[in-house]
Amino acid sequence: MLEIKCPYCGKRSQNEFSYGGDGNIKRPPLGEEINTKDWDDFVYFRDNPRGKHTELWHHASGCRQWFKASRDTATHEIFATCKMNEDFNV
Amino acid sequence: MSNQFRTTNSSGLINKNKIINFSFNGESLQGYEGDTLASALIANGVHLVGRSFKYHRPRGFLGAGVEEPNAMVQLHEGNRSEPNIMATEVELVEGLVANSQNCWPSVKFDIGEINNLLNRFFPAGFYYKTFMWPKSFWYKIYEPVIRKAAGMGIAPLNPDPDRYEHNYEHCDVLVVGSGPSGLASALAAAKNGAKVILAEDKAHFGGSLLNDDVTIGNMSGREWASDVISQLKNLPNVIVKNRSQVFGYYDHNMTVMFERVSDHIENPNKYTPRQRLHYIRAGEVIVSTGSIERPISFGNNDRPGILLASAAREYMKIYETLVGKKPIIFTNNDTAYSTALEFLKNNITPIILDTRNGSDGELVKEVQNLGVDIKFNSGIANTKGHLKIKSATIGKLDKEKENFISYEEVDCDCICMSGGWTPTVHLSSQAGNKLKFKEEIDAYIPDQKRQKETAIGAANGSYTLDQSLAEGFQVGFELSNKFTSNNSKTDTPSSKEPSFESHERLWCMPLPEGKKPKRFIDFQNDVAVSDVELALREGFRSIEHVKRYTTLGMAGDQGKTSNLNGLQYVSKIEKKIVPEVGHTTFRPPYTPVTIGTIVGREVGNHYLPTRKSPVHHWHEENNAVFVAAGLWVRPRYYPRGSETMSDAVNREAANVRKNVGICDVTTLGKIDIKGPDAPEFLNRIYTNAWMKLPVGKARYGVMLREDGMVMDDGTTSRLSENHFHMTTTTAQAANVLSHLEYYLQVVWPELDVNVLSTTEQWAGIAVAGPKSRELLSKLFPSDDLSNEGLPFMGLIDTKLGNIPARIYRISFSGELAYEVNVESNYGLHLWKKIIEIGSDFGVQPYGTEALSTLRIEMGHVAGPELDGRTIPFDVGLNGMVSQKKDFIGKRSLSKDAFVAEDRQTIVGLVPVDKKSKIPEGSHIVENDKAPTPNPKLGHVSSSCWSVEYNNPFSIAIMKDGKKQIGKTLYAVSPVKDISIPVEVVSSHYVDPKGERVRS
Repeated sequence: MLEIKCPYCGKRSQNEFSYGGDGNIKRPPLGEEINTKDWDDFVYFRDNPRGKHTELWHHASGCRQWFKASRDTATHEIFATCKMNEDFNV
Repeated sequence: MSNQFRTTNSSGLINKNKIINFSFNGESLQGYEGDTLASALIANGVHLVGRSFKYHRPRGFLGAGVEEPNAMVQLHEGNRSEPNIMATEVELVEGLVANSQNCWPSVKFDIGEINNLLNRFFPAGFYYKTFMWPKSFWYKIYEPVIRKAAGMGIAPLNPDPDRYEHNYEHCDVLVVGSGPSGLASALAAAKNGAKVILAEDKAHFGGSLLNDDVTIGNMSGREWASDVISQLKNLPNVIVKNRSQVFGYYDHNMTVMFERVSDHIENPNKYTPRQRLHYIRAGEVIVSTGSIERPISFGNNDRPGILLASAAREYMKIYETLVGKKPIIFTNNDTAYSTALEFLKNNITPIILDTRNGSDGELVKEVQNLGVDIKFNSGIANTKGHLKIKSATIGKLDKEKENFISYEEVDCDCICMSGGWTPTVHLSSQAGNKLKFKEEIDAYIPDQKRQKETAIGAANGSYTLDQSLAEGFQVGFELSNKFTSNNSKTDTPSSKEPSFESHERLWCMPLPEGKKPKRFIDFQNDVAVSDVELALREGFRSIEHVKRYTTLGMAGDQGKTSNLNGLQYVSKIEKKIVPEVGHTTFRPPYTPVTIGTIVGREVGNHYLPTRKSPVHHWHEENNAVFVAAGLWVRPRYYPRGSETMSDAVNREAANVRKNVGICDVTTLGKIDIKGPDAPEFLNRIYTNAWMKLPVGKARYGVMLREDGMVMDDGTTSRLSENHFHMTTTTAQAANVLSHLEYYLQVVWPELDVNVLSTTEQWAGIAVAGPKSRELLSKLFPSDDLSNEGLPFMGLIDTKLGNIPARIYRISFSGELAYEVNVESNYGLHLWKKIIEIGSDFGVQPYGTEALSTLRIEMGHVAGPELDGRTIPFDVGLNGMVSQKKDFIGKRSLSKDAFVAEDRQTIVGLVPVDKKSKIPEGSHIVENDKAPTPNPKLGHVSSSCWSVEYNNPFSIAIMKDGKKQIGKTLYAVSPVKDISIPVEVVSSHYVDPKGERVRS
C-alpha cells in the first residue's frame, strides 16, 4: 500500500485516495471546434509510460481535494506531490 | 509410558510441573506447559505425523519452526478446524485436538500410498502430460478425481466462530526477528530514542541465543537476550511483540505482521481476538530474520525420524525432548557438532558422519576430545524403516565424492542432518532487494535495496556472533539517527563463541550401487533429485520454469529448506555457477496466514458500512422487506397478511395511481452548490440550459461523461441567486460529487463555485398520487399548494410547525407528486405525520419495487437504462440536449456511430399473451428459431407488472427501436430457456402526454 502525501493533509495511506489518471491531460476548451482525432485522443488515448509519470489523485476519504503526484510507475516511488495550481519542486 | 523421550536436564523453557493434556489421532497424550505440539509428540515417541502430498509417504518432523515442510496437521474440530498447520508452530494448550491429514483410513495404513509404489508413473509434469486429451474428459472425469485426491487438510464448511482484528502501527524502526543482531539493533535504536517495534515469531525471544552456548559480556546468550528484552519492555518508545510473524513487505515500507494473540491460552476472554493483523508503516525495516538449516539429499531421506540437526538441538535445549536415543549425525559443516555435544550431555553417543576430509573447528575438537569417533569422508546412501527410521546404509566416499566405495548398515532411531545454512532473505526480496550470491556461504544475501530495508546478522550472511552483534548495534544506531537527534550510541559488548571451519559444497549423496531410492530435495511437494534431472532433460532451463514444472519450492513452506538445494543441483548438472542459474522470486506471505486474520472484523454486515434512513425503524415496525441499494438499506415492499411480493407491489403501486402513496427517498444523493458561477457550472455539467432557471424552480437535468454516455440524471433547484440544490440517483451520488469536484478543481479552477454533499442532512419523502395535494394541503395549511401556487417543477420553503421544510413539486411516478424535505432528525416525525393525516386519503407506504413499477409504466429511465452504455438519444433524452451551448461530453455525441440512422432507442414491450413476464436481460430477436448466432436487436432493461393495464410491461433498448413499434418480436432468455412473443410499443405506456404530473 502506497503512502501518499496529500498537499493539504500530509502523509496518508493509499486507501484514503482514489487514482485520477494522467495528470498531463488538458481538456479542450469549451465551445471550440475540435477534430475527431484530437477529441478521441483526449477522451480515450493515454500514454502508459514506464518510469516517471505525472498523475492525479483525489483525497476522497479525506479533504476531497484533487492534486498532482509525480510517481514512478515501475518502482512506485513518489517523487513529489503538489496542489493543482502548483508545480513540482523537483 | 508417556514422555519417555525427555532429557534429564532442566535447562529448557518448559514447565514440567504443569501437565497439558492433548490428543493426536484420537489418542490421549500428555505434554508440558511450554511445549509445542511437535515437541510434545516427539517426547511421546510419535514421529509419524502425516502423509506426503504426492506419494503419500510416511512423514515426520524435519524442523522445529517455520521451515517445517512435513509435519502439517488438521488442528481443532468442528467450525474451528484448520488444515495444514505446522505442528512445530503450535503451542500446546489444554485439550488441543490434532489429527493427521492426507491419509485414509489412517496415517499408519494409508491406501494412497499406492502412489508411492507407482511413483514411476507420476514423474514431474505428470498432470501437464496426462490430462491433455480428450478435452471433454476434463470437467467430468479428470478434474473431479484430481480434486478429490489433491490438497492436504480439509477446510471447515461453516463460518469461523473466532474473532480477528486489524491494527495499524507506525514506527521509526521495525526489527524483524529477535536473535542476537535483532536484539542488538532494537536496543541501539531504542536507546537512541527512535520509536521501535521488535517482532518475534516464537513465544520466546532470543533466536539462536536460546540454542547456542555463547557468552555476551559476562552473561550467557540466553541471559543477555532476556536482559535486553526487559530493557526494551521498560522503554516507552518500544513495542515488543512475540508470537508475531512479519509475513509481507509491500510498497513504501508497509509491512504486515500477524500475531497469535490467544491461540496458546486455554480459555481466552470472549472478546480477545484469536489473531491480529498489524499493518506497520515503518520508517526503516531491519531484517534480522536469521538463517535456516539446509537438509542433505540421500536415498530415502524423508523417513520419520530424519530431521535437521538444528531442530534436534532445539528440541533438546528448549523443549527438553530427545528426538531419538540412537542418533546418526550427518553433516557437511561444523554446526551439527553442537547437536552432537548436546546428545553427549545426555549420555548419548551419536554416530557422526562428515562428508569433509576433516575439520579443525573448536566444536569438532571438543567432540573428538570426548572420545567420539568421527567418520570423515562419509555419507548416507540409503535408509530403512517404513513408518520410522530403523537403520541406515552408510558408506565411505571416493575422492571425487561421486561414489561410495564401501557400505555399512547401522541401526539408528534418528538422523540429524546439516547441509549448512541459508540466510532468510524472504522479506528483503519481497521489498524488491536484488540479491547477490555469496560464495563463502554458498547462498544468496540481500544486496541492492529498493526500499528502506537493511538485512543484518545471519540474514545478511554474517554467521558469527561478533559480526551479528556489531552489525546490529551499528545499524540500529545509524538508522535511528535518521529519526532522532540524540546521537546516543550504545557500546557493543564483547562476545565469545566457538570457531567454525567452512562447510563442504556437497548437498546430494550418490545413489547406492544398483538401487534408485528417491533422494528428496523438496519434502513438501515430493520433489526428488530425479524430478529435477527429468525437467532439465526435457529442456527446462529457466529456474522459474523448473520450479513450475517440478513444483520445487512451492506451497506452504515456500521452499524454505529446498530452494537452494534445488538451485545447487541445477547448477551442478548444468555446469553453471549458481548466480547464473538465478533464483526464483520470493512472495508474501512468508508463512501461511489464516484467512480470518486477513479479513479481520470485516465479516458479514461489517464488510461494508450500512446506511439507514431516519425512517428505518418505522419501516421495520411496519413489516417492510428490505433490499440493499448500494450501502443503503431500503424498504422493497410492505407485505400485508399473506400477500406475496407481487401482490404487495401491485397494491402499493395501484394505490399511488388511485389515491396517494409515500416513499422514503432519503437515499437520493443531494449536493449543495454555491457560488456566483454556479449557473455557469451547471450549464457545463448538464446537457440542458441552466442560466435562466428562476429562483424557486426545479429543473430536470442529464449529465454525461466526456465519452457521451449518460452518467446520471436528477432534478436541481435554484434556492437563491447563487445557491442550488442538486439531486442525484442513489447509486451515483458519490461518483457525481467526485465528478463535480474534478471539474471545479482540475479543469475549471477559475469558476467560483463550491460543492458539498448534503445527502445525510436531509430526509426526503415522496408523496405521490392524485390525492397528494389534498393530503399536503392539510399538512401545510398555511401554504398555497394549488396548481398556480406551486406548479409542476416549483418549490417552496416553508415550515412544518417549527421545523423548516422544503416542498418540491417533482414526480418520478408520473402522477401529481411532491417531495418533502426536512432535516434528517425530523424525517421520522414528518413520515409519521403524513401517515397520520393521510389515513383519510388512503395513504400507503410504497417500496422500491412499486417505485420501479410506476416509473417503468411511464417510460422514465433509471439505472438499468443509464448503464454507462447509452447516450441521451438511446434513452429518449435527446430533447434534453442543448444545441446552443457546449457541455461535458457534447463533442462525443456527433461521432459517427452516435448519429447513425439505426442507432438503438428505447421502446416498450408487451407480451402478446398479456400474461408472460419478460425477464430483465432478455435478448430481443426477430426469429427465435433462427440458428445461432442469432442477430440480437436489443435487450430488456426493466420489467414490471403494469397496474394501469393489468398486464406485464417492459422497457427495452433496441436497434432502430422507433421503427420496430407495432412489430411482433421475441424476447428470449437462453439461460432460462424462455422465448416470449412480444409486441413493440411506445416506452410511454401510461399517460404519454404527461398530463397527470401537471394536473
